[in-house]
Formats: sequence, C-alpha cells, structure tokens
Amino acid sequence: MAIIKIKRPELTLAEKLYLPAILKGLCITLGHAIRSMLGKTPGARRNFNATGMGVTMQYPETKWDDQLPDYYRGVPALVTDEQGRERCVSCQLCEFICPPRAIAIIPGEIDSDDPWAKVEKRPEEFDIDMTRCIYCGMCEEVCPEQAIYLRKDYAMTGLSRSEMVNDKKRLYEIGGVRVGLVNKWNEIK
Amino acid sequence: MDPAILFLILTTAVKIVVFTFICTLPIIAYSTYAERRVSSIIQDRVGPNRVGIPLTLFGAKKDIAFAGLLQPLADGLKAFLKEDLVPAHVRKFFFWIAPALTAAPAFLCICIIPFGSSITVFDQPVKLVIADIDAGPLFVFAIASLSVYGITFAGWASNNKYSFLGGVRSCAQMISYEISLGLSLIPVLMVFGQLNLSDIVHSQAQGGWTLLPLWNEHGNIFDAAYWSNCTEQWLLMIPLGISFIVFTTSIFAETNRMPFDLPECETELVGGYHTEYSSMKFALFFLGEYAAMIVGSAVIVTLFFGGWSLGFGLDAAISEMALGGILHVLIFLTKVIAFVIFFIWVRWTVPRFRYDQLMKLGWVVFFELALVNIFITAGIIMMLN
Repeated sequence: MAIIKIKRPELTLAEKLYLPAILKGLCITLGHAIRSMLGKTPGARRNFNATGMGVTMQYPETKWDDQLPDYYRGVPALVTDEQGRERCVSCQLCEFICPPRAIAIIPGEIDSDDPWAKVEKRPEEFDIDMTRCIYCGMCEEVCPEQAIYLRKDYAMTGLSRSEMVNDKKRLYEIGGVRVGLVNKWNEIK
Repeated sequence: MDPAILFLILTTAVKIVVFTFICTLPIIAYSTYAERRVSSIIQDRVGPNRVGIPLTLFGAKKDIAFAGLLQPLADGLKAFLKEDLVPAHVRKFFFWIAPALTAAPAFLCICIIPFGSSITVFDQPVKLVIADIDAGPLFVFAIASLSVYGITFAGWASNNKYSFLGGVRSCAQMISYEISLGLSLIPVLMVFGQLNLSDIVHSQAQGGWTLLPLWNEHGNIFDAAYWSNCTEQWLLMIPLGISFIVFTTSIFAETNRMPFDLPECETELVGGYHTEYSSMKFALFFLGEYAAMIVGSAVIVTLFFGGWSLGFGLDAAISEMALGGILHVLIFLTKVIAFVIFFIWVRWTVPRFRYDQLMKLGWVVFFELALVNIFITAGIIMMLN
C-alpha cells in the first residue's frame, strides 16, 4: 500500500470570509421558496401529482390512484374467471408461503356428483388478516391457479381487528374477474 | 395621589399590557407557525395548512382551514393538556425555575424597546415605550445575559449527561458572544452619542437610518443639498456595516438559533438542555427562545434600521396625524416581522457550526473585529471633525 499524501485545498479569500457562501446559500433557498410559492416546484405535478406548492401530495384531496405503477402491490384478493367460477382450488400453498401467516384457509371438498368433481377442492373459508399482511406478494407468485392477486387498493381501514379480516366474499368483491390461463378448472385437462 | 403620577402609572400599565400581550405574544405564537411554513416552502414542502375551525365536528360538510392559521392555538392548547412529567432523578427546585428563568429575561427586554413615536392622551404626549431609560442597550445586555442561568440550571438540574452538556455549551457560547455583542455596538453608540433608544430612533428618523442613509436633515437623495452633506454618513457605513454583521451574528448565537444552536443540537445531544422537559415547561423554553429572537430583531431594527421611522423625512408628518403613533407601531412591527423571517430563512439555509469553529469565530474573529471596528469609527469621526 502506497501512502498518498493529500494536500488540503488552499482556500481563497472569498471562501475564508465565509459570507459569500452564506449569501449563495440564501439565494438557493430563496429560489426554492419563490418557486414553491408560485406553485412551480420542479417535478411536482409530473412525478407526485402535487399542487405545485412543494412536492407534497395533499392526500385526501389528490390521490395516487391514477399514478400507481403496474407493479404496485396493494391489497391481496381472490379472482373469479370469465365463467364466474372461483379459481382457487384450495391447495393452501399461499397459506404455507405467507411470511406473517396472514392467510387462513379452510378447504372444502367438491362433491363427486358435481360436474367439476375433478377439481376436488374449493375453499370453504378464505380469510386474509390485513393487520398481518405485509404486501410481499408471495401468495400471488406461488399460486398455481393464478387465483390470488395483489390489487392496487391501499387504503384498508377498519374500526376493529375483526373488520380488518377480509373473508371470502369480500375478497372476491375486491378481486373481480381475471381472464386467462386456468389449470384444474380447464375442461380439457 | 398626584394626578401626574397616577397618569404615569395608568399609561405604563396599559402600555405593558398592549405591547406584551397584543404586540409581542401573537408575534411569538405566529413566528412558530412562520418557522414551519417558511421552512417548508424552502424545502419544497407544504407545511401545516390544515388546522382551522373544525366545522365537521358540529355536523357541517367541510372544515374551514384558513391555511392552517390556527395551528399556534392548537399547539398552545396541546402544551397545556399534555402530562407534565418530572423525572424522579432531577433537582426539583432548579428544574422548576429554569423554564421561567429562560422566558422571563426575554420578556423583560421588551420594556425598553420603542414601539412607536408618541401619542397624545388627554393633551399629554405619551411615548410608546414602556420604560424610557437612558441606558437602553446596556439594559438589554444586562437582562438578556440572565437567560443563560435558565439554560444552565435546566441542564444541570436535569441530572442527565446530554442535558448537562447542552447547558455547558450554552453557557460557554452565550458568554463568548456577549463580548462581541457589546463591543460591536460601541461604534453605533459613538455615532449617536447616547444610549436612549427613543432618541436614537428620533435621530435616525431625521438623519437617515444607520444602514440606509438615503436622507438627512438637508433632504433626501433627490435634493442637491443632501449630496453636499452626506459624506460622513456614507463613510460611517463601513464600520457600521461591520457592526451590523457582528451584532446580528452574535444575536443568532445569543438566542441559540441555527447556525449556532449547539446547546440543543438534536443529533449529538438528543434535545440538549430541555431533553427532560415536557408540556408547558418545554413550551416555556420554546417561548423564551422565540421571545429572545423577537427582542433581538427589535433591537437590531431599532439600532440599525430606524426603529419605528418610515424615513425620507415623512416621520414628522406621520407624528402630526391623529393616530400617527399607532401607524409608527405598525411600521415597527412590520420591520420586526421581516427580520424574524430573515432569522428563519438563515436557520433553514446555513448548517450548524462545529463547536470549535463556533468558539474560534467568537473569540478569534468577532472579538478582534469588533475591537478594531471601534478604532476605525473613532478614526473616521476624528477625520471628519
């Protein structure tokens, strides 16, 4: 290891006086203040959907909704397919992968006289506890039937713990319909 | 009782109430609001803009926000309602008197500040200053230096190493900067030749502000007579400008404001001397700091920017008006508020000094500069006479 001797930079008189630097700083802050008061903070409208006075979004009045990226991970929900069938086959993979154990599934058997008897199982109860969910999206990744998705909803509120548990009905309400690949529910397979 | 004395006592009482509770306290309350709003617009944020009249509590559809102007009220109410926690390990007596000792000196200084020229009550002129004493700046120094006791007591009584360090720092800082504070003012006093703040403002109204000599007894900059008589004023601008810089910086240090807020220095000392304080006791420290800032601005405005005078020879006309004195008060308060905003602006621009830099600046730079400045002023005055 060679030793490199670094010489301290020589300060000019203006730098030693320190006052010019303070004046420069005051000019910079004044520039920000003026732009802020005129509602022209750079990037405020484009990036943050803000009013322009600062980059702060005035939350309840303006919201993220139309600005959310496609990869946004919000509330997890169950989806139905285009024929109105629930996609979930109650394999419980999501329940096992879920890091905070927010998902609780009670599987139910599909009767043998049902036309979809080959699917074998459907969830009887499907609860996601939103006080535990960490929005990691592992349930979505692990689902072989693409039945569970993270939606873009983010404002989950409730007045009690029980209100924060999404049951099966509510999950399908949030989830809606998804078109696309089905495995076990496919008639041909 | 002698009616003259009764009149004096009554007018003084009214002046105390009006200047303290109507002029100064609202400015203190709203300077906390201004601090938050100005800092936020400087940093591209919005700041507190919600607290208003909560009409939704009474069944209306919308609240009235007033751009958050009721925030200081909410803050004050919160300070009163919070639990007042006194830790078991503190020195109770000193812990209790420390906040009062910090806030009281700042408020005491208000009494020598001339808020306006004078008004006529029952055919008698009443000067709009609570105590018209002939030792104005000296009184300010004497009283303002007492506030160091409050901070030192707070740091020591808290029985906590960070609070103690904050107290020690504050003590050292205030003592160091008081020297340059006093010395930097001597040139100004040499120029005016007196210590009575009302008379200093009077002579500024006639002969041009200390730092803005655009007029004198002979007229303003548009008159030829002014230009033939203004050399002395402009030459004296050099030492008075240095005085202003040293004095203003020392006021920043004296009031523990950024960039000299080492006594509270959140990153090193948690909260400094007021770490252990809560609720109204903490609020008193806060109040004291802002009151000191406002008194500091008022002294700077009085000595360097013409106090209540409007300038350009218009003050005699204003004084003759029926409510001219009140107009002068408004002019003075406008200047003070402008200076408070300058204080806030500097706070959110300049980063905190290191402690050794602070001491070096106080003892090696400002002390010598203020001393040399006295001789420069004396030289200029001697040369011109």
